[in-house]
Amino acid sequence: MSRTISYREALRDAHFQALSEDPRVFLVGEDVNCYGGTYAVSKGLADHFGADRVIDAPLSESGFVGAGIGAAMGGLRPIVEVMTVNFSLLALDQIVNAAATLRHMSGGQISVPLVIRMAMGAGRQLAAQHSHSLEGWYAHVPGLRVIAPATVADARGMLLTALADPDPVIIFEHVGLLALTDELPENAGAVEIDKAAVRREGSDVSLITWGGNLPKALEAAKQLEAASISAEVLDLRTLRPLDDAAIVATVSKTHRAVVIDEMWKTGSFAAEVCTRIVEQAFFELDAPLRRVCSAEVPIPYARHMELAALPSVARIVQAATEITRHE
Amino acid sequence: MSDFNMPSLGADMDEGEILAWKVKPGDSVRKGDVLLEVDTSKAAFDVEADHDGVVEEILVEPGHKVPVGTPIARIRQTGEAPAESKPVPAPEKAKAPQAPVKVAAPKSAGQAPHLRITPLARVVAKDLGVDPAKIERGSGIDGAITRADVERAAARHEEPHVVKAPPPPSGADKSKREGLRDAIAAAMSRSKREIPHYYLSQTIDLDPALNWLEKLNAGRPITERILSPVLLLKAVAHAIWEVPELNGYWIDGALNQSESVHLGVAISLHSGVIAPAIHDADDKSLEQLMAALADLVQRARHGTLKPAEMTDSTITVTNLGDRGPEAVYGVIYPPQVALVGFGAIAPRAMVIDGQLVARRSVIATLSADHRASDGHRGGLFLRAIARLLEHPESL
Repeated sequence: MSRTISYREALRDAHFQALSEDPRVFLVGEDVNCYGGTYAVSKGLADHFGADRVIDAPLSESGFVGAGIGAAMGGLRPIVEVMTVNFSLLALDQIVNAAATLRHMSGGQISVPLVIRMAMGAGRQLAAQHSHSLEGWYAHVPGLRVIAPATVADARGMLLTALADPDPVIIFEHVGLLALTDELPENAGAVEIDKAAVRREGSDVSLITWGGNLPKALEAAKQLEAASISAEVLDLRTLRPLDDAAIVATVSKTHRAVVIDEMWKTGSFAAEVCTRIVEQAFFELDAPLRRVCSAEVPIPYARHMELAALPSVARIVQAATEITRHE
Repeated sequence: MSDFNMPSLGADMDEGEILAWKVKPGDSVRKGDVLLEVDTSKAAFDVEADHDGVVEEILVEPGHKVPVGTPIARIRQTGEAPAESKPVPAPEKAKAPQAPVKVAAPKSAGQAPHLRITPLARVVAKDLGVDPAKIERGSGIDGAITRADVERAAARHEEPHVVKAPPPPSGADKSKREGLRDAIAAAMSRSKREIPHYYLSQTIDLDPALNWLEKLNAGRPITERILSPVLLLKAVAHAIWEVPELNGYWIDGALNQSESVHLGVAISLHSGVIAPAIHDADDKSLEQLMAALADLVQRARHGTLKPAEMTDSTITVTNLGDRGPEAVYGVIYPPQVALVGFGAIAPRAMVIDGQLVARRSVIATLSADHRASDGHRGGLFLRAIARLLEHPESL
């Protein structure tokens, strides 16, 4: 049996399963209880699990992320929802200086089995302060695992595997994906969070991306096919640790790559991916690498300007065509 | 003053490594003097001066590998005025397509201007033996040479820059492949790709020839004895007079028949087989042929063959010897148009004058290029060899 559900519902189902199966699990964040979550991911959970396990936090990211770290150190399995990655900057010290380092600083005596979920990304006219893509910043930090579910199945399954991790895991949920729907089997559950996934096979060029830009990459691949360019789409899924083998494999197959990343190009995570390609698969390259990233501007509010600033299907198609065409 | 360039020591050579200089600046050289030793993918060769003169300058030091045509020394012709105290490099460079390597210059200085080529294309070019510098224009972004360009160049196998065969489909360990192996692979692949072979065979009664030879050798010291392969070579050389279209090269869609008979003799080495030439084999006595063969085999094993010996063969003979198989159907060494094979000499049942008798015999085969000759003529050639061997005293 299978049913069609949304990415948002898949996240909610995952929370429901986690809260049901493990009494140590609780959810804390702004507006997660009464309001059902800013993005309605936790809608209905409070009725079922009560205010002790679905906890509304005050507007203090540093405070409630720190509380989550303490609870994790004390043996619980907290899920901390940070409304968006923009606000997580207020909790950077807790995440980078505490969560990521305590195992190391305690000589392995203390682990922080914490899951932090953050909405992220642009495209919904939320303007320059609510549209960031900063997953590369977190992927920079040893001690964290950084994952980015891009499909309904991963939204359903990644949280459960993240909760089983003895170390802190950051989950980036792109707001553009929440309404995405897909058919899932009734018994859908945990999925592995170590490997990248080829979402579409191709032979001429690799479109490498993750999270919110996967649907754009898949649509671009479809359009490229119409132009007789066979594009392979690789969903990285986990940004740290990065699945180098999958990246090398796809580049070794197609010999060309476009990396699509909603971060600004300078210092983007795409830069890291490109560097790994050059380091590990240089002699497989038959064309320069290309990056499709966000324009180097604060994300605009105006719809047309916002769209112009973000990676688009058209820009992906153009980049892929440029490096694949033969005169 | 003229540049002395890296010579082409074979149709499939595109670069050579300088092993040692036998001359130094200031030395007078005469045409034919050995100037230097060059290592190709096949063997080490002595390279001779092509005119009299004085060595002005050595441009490339031993240990460096440079493309064919790269100036490696400057030689002032006899009667020419010496160069100014130091050569003015600018005009010299301007006319040389590839900048000469100066003594003690880093190796990379010998490379042509930086090529716009993708990393993958460079790797594939190496595998396919394509010189990417000879690809006029890349089809990739900003004119870069891509893998597809290299593969297209390799597919135009008649182009001179294709010198090596494609790698085996198994992707065998490249590093283990030796130069000679590569060269054989390239030549044989080209042969089977381009040459429509036909094959003929004929069993030849050798009793008369061998009896004659034994009698001849009986009165001679061991060192002066003639071995049976020499008899076969001589027969081949004379048979060519009767069917000359088997002797020469197929070049640009036409047969270039050769006036001279330079027999390429296949010699097996540890690393593969080479077929250096015995020049004017048809004009040599059996004694001269015997000496030439012994000398060739010895120098082949020592790697001291002369370039001309590697490039001049007009037809090749392969003799697999008395411990070899019954017969060999060889692959023509392009651009030659024929290859003669001899299997083991052994007693075989033959019908002679209506009687079944055991005679020492050999199976002679001909692999020939059907563009250059037809089976009828090839058959005449094999029969001529048989007839000549019936009357060895005339050889």
